[in-house]
Amino acid sequence: MEENKGFFKRLREGLTKTRSGFVSGLNNLFKASEIDDDFYEELEEILVMGDVGVKTTETIIEGLKDDVKKNHIKEAAECRELLINRLKSVMEVPEGAYDYLDRKTVVMVIGVNGVGKTTTVGKLAGRMKESGKKVLVAAADTFRAAANDQLVKWAERAGVSIVSSVEGTDPASVVYDAVTAAKARDVDVLICDTAGRLHNKKNLMEELRKMNKIVDREFPEAHRETWVVLDATTGQNALNQAREFGLVTDLNGIVLTKMDGTAKGGIAIAITSELNIPVKYIGVGEGIDDLQRFDTDEFIDALFTN
Amino acid sequence: MAFDSLSEKLQSVFKNLRGKGKLSEEDIKAALKEIKMALLEADVNFKVVKEFINNVSEKALGQEILDGLNPGQMIVKIVNEELTSLMGSEVTELTFKPGKELTVFMLCGLQGAGKTTASAKLALRLKQKSKKTLLAACDVYRPAAIEQLKVNGKKVDTEVFEMGTDVKPSKIAKEAYDYAVKNNFNVLILDTAGRLHIDEDMMAELIEIKEKVPVFKTILVVDAMTGQDAVNVASEFNEKVGLDGVILSKTDGDTRGGAALSVKRVTDKPILFVSNGEKLDELEAFYPDRMANRILGMGDVLSLIEKVEEANKDRDLSKDKEMASRMKKGKFDFNDYLESIKQMRKLGGLASIMGMLPGMGGKAMADFDSDESEKKIKQTEAIVLSMTKKERENPKLMNPQRKHRIAKGAGVDIADVNRFIKQFEQSQKMMKQLPNMMGGGFRGRKGRFPF
Repeated sequence: MEENKGFFKRLREGLTKTRSGFVSGLNNLFKASEIDDDFYEELEEILVMGDVGVKTTETIIEGLKDDVKKNHIKEAAECRELLINRLKSVMEVPEGAYDYLDRKTVVMVIGVNGVGKTTTVGKLAGRMKESGKKVLVAAADTFRAAANDQLVKWAERAGVSIVSSVEGTDPASVVYDAVTAAKARDVDVLICDTAGRLHNKKNLMEELRKMNKIVDREFPEAHRETWVVLDATTGQNALNQAREFGLVTDLNGIVLTKMDGTAKGGIAIAITSELNIPVKYIGVGEGIDDLQRFDTDEFIDALFTN
Repeated sequence: MAFDSLSEKLQSVFKNLRGKGKLSEEDIKAALKEIKMALLEADVNFKVVKEFINNVSEKALGQEILDGLNPGQMIVKIVNEELTSLMGSEVTELTFKPGKELTVFMLCGLQGAGKTTASAKLALRLKQKSKKTLLAACDVYRPAAIEQLKVNGKKVDTEVFEMGTDVKPSKIAKEAYDYAVKNNFNVLILDTAGRLHIDEDMMAELIEIKEKVPVFKTILVVDAMTGQDAVNVASEFNEKVGLDGVILSKTDGDTRGGAALSVKRVTDKPILFVSNGEKLDELEAFYPDRMANRILGMGDVLSLIEKVEEANKDRDLSKDKEMASRMKKGKFDFNDYLESIKQMRKLGGLASIMGMLPGMGGKAMADFDSDESEKKIKQTEAIVLSMTKKERENPKLMNPQRKHRIAKGAGVDIADVNRFIKQFEQSQKMMKQLPNMMGGGFRGRKGRFPF
């Protein structure tokens, strides 16, 4: 594994594009001198263009307007600090979000097709292994052709063991085998890769429920983490995804992938603000160590640093 | 149903617009504001939305609207026209090189857009058109991408060309091309690796493939759920690599699919197909005008008609006539029931028909649990299938003994059988009354706007 470049630097590298789009826009905006309707309209445009979403944008702007009034702010430049604080308060990662690392944990990684679940599982396994955990991954995506082979290769790279599967088998049985193996081998973290499923497909959501039931029944003492993987390029539909997945399973984290493109990542702000699910990790590249803990301050700071 | 929620929104806007006699400028502005919000929430790019709204308001605020008899209708018409022109006015068929010359399609896009799946779907479609197709695995980066294509290739019974992961994609493409020419293939589909549009090296790789191989059409695969960034992705691919068409993937989700509008607007390249399911035969032609109609909640009636026609192709017309005449007399039996279930299946199931009917988009569909209904239909079918031939022809034969046997055969409760038979009798009665009801009534509705 290549040397750890440090979160901040990597994030900034990964976010270069995010900044040049989203943030240069913000900086230009804050060069405006007066806080008038045009100012807010422009701010709205920038946020919406960043995939923050109409509703969340409205909430943010209403809040900002209140702050401006309360603090008797006249100049646009002063607004900047206010906006940063506002976004930070929205994106705060709750305390104990990473406590699972100190317990026996089963992590279910779920999401719609093509968001990068298998890659995320591979990177997560690498990360946890690095930090000295005994990791097992389970290839419970038995639908997509060669998903198992893909995870086998990631497991090799990460140097962790894997419970593999054959295409077409019942994913719940794979989860069962994995849980049994995890208990027998006394692993710290079991990470289950699952098939991509659109959140509006009832049968697939039932399948997810079934997998959860197996873990509940067979491994009740384990701590549970269920993370939905969201593609940063996804628009407002990511909200629906998180919402629907949340109905079937207790979501306690978001992994935001593909943050190294030009996607502005604003959807993360929308989801966290509307659904109160914290972003725990973000993916900013294709390397095995390009998955990093999400840090609100650094994330927002990086957004605003030139 | 990519655009359901959008049509729901627009419908509610137009509901407010109707009811009032004449529209003021403020009304139009309010309506357009709603449309703007709906489009933004649908992930249509902000700039595209702005332009769209300007175009519509320019037209809507003109004289013709305010003087018109029904301004609501005019706005619908204008919005519809603009939407249609934005999405391209007609269906674009995939074209091929003339004669026996090898046609090369290259599929490209971001990671996870669905290129490999789309490649296999396209191969299947071409196979059905009797094209001898070769798939080439040019994704040497993602672990097991080649295996995925091989497995899918097998499923659609199409040969896959691969050279492992240690060969440059452009070389694989070239070798695949030579192989295809030598072995008299009609079409070569190049499945390329997912790449970021800002990754210069990776974009250069696609350009290199195009230099080495005479690519006939470069097709961008775009996830229908893409947000505002869709314009950046599409325009970068278009400018750097040059695009000829687009495949819109994952339209079977509940995304409003505004990306389709954005991509069309910035590339001005046709959307060739929508790839809307996990099964490999789910690749459909993209109908821009119908999609626009659907957005406006007017229903995709044209699609429905086409499907009906297709289903009718291998249907016995005399049998239909006979059935219709019997129905009028209230004499239809359980066989007719089975037949109508079969017909509905051919049309793509209940949900797909409902979605295409006017007024059934949006909210109505949201309340409609298609899985549950399909299950009920299956159950009913099982009940009928558990009847003897005589029972099916003569519903009057039913007695408790027979019902018990049928319930056992269908694996349902006796109550379900009773309920079904009761419903059946009621509909028989209704059918008898129907001819009287059909007398007038329908006239005078003609010419009314279908929303």
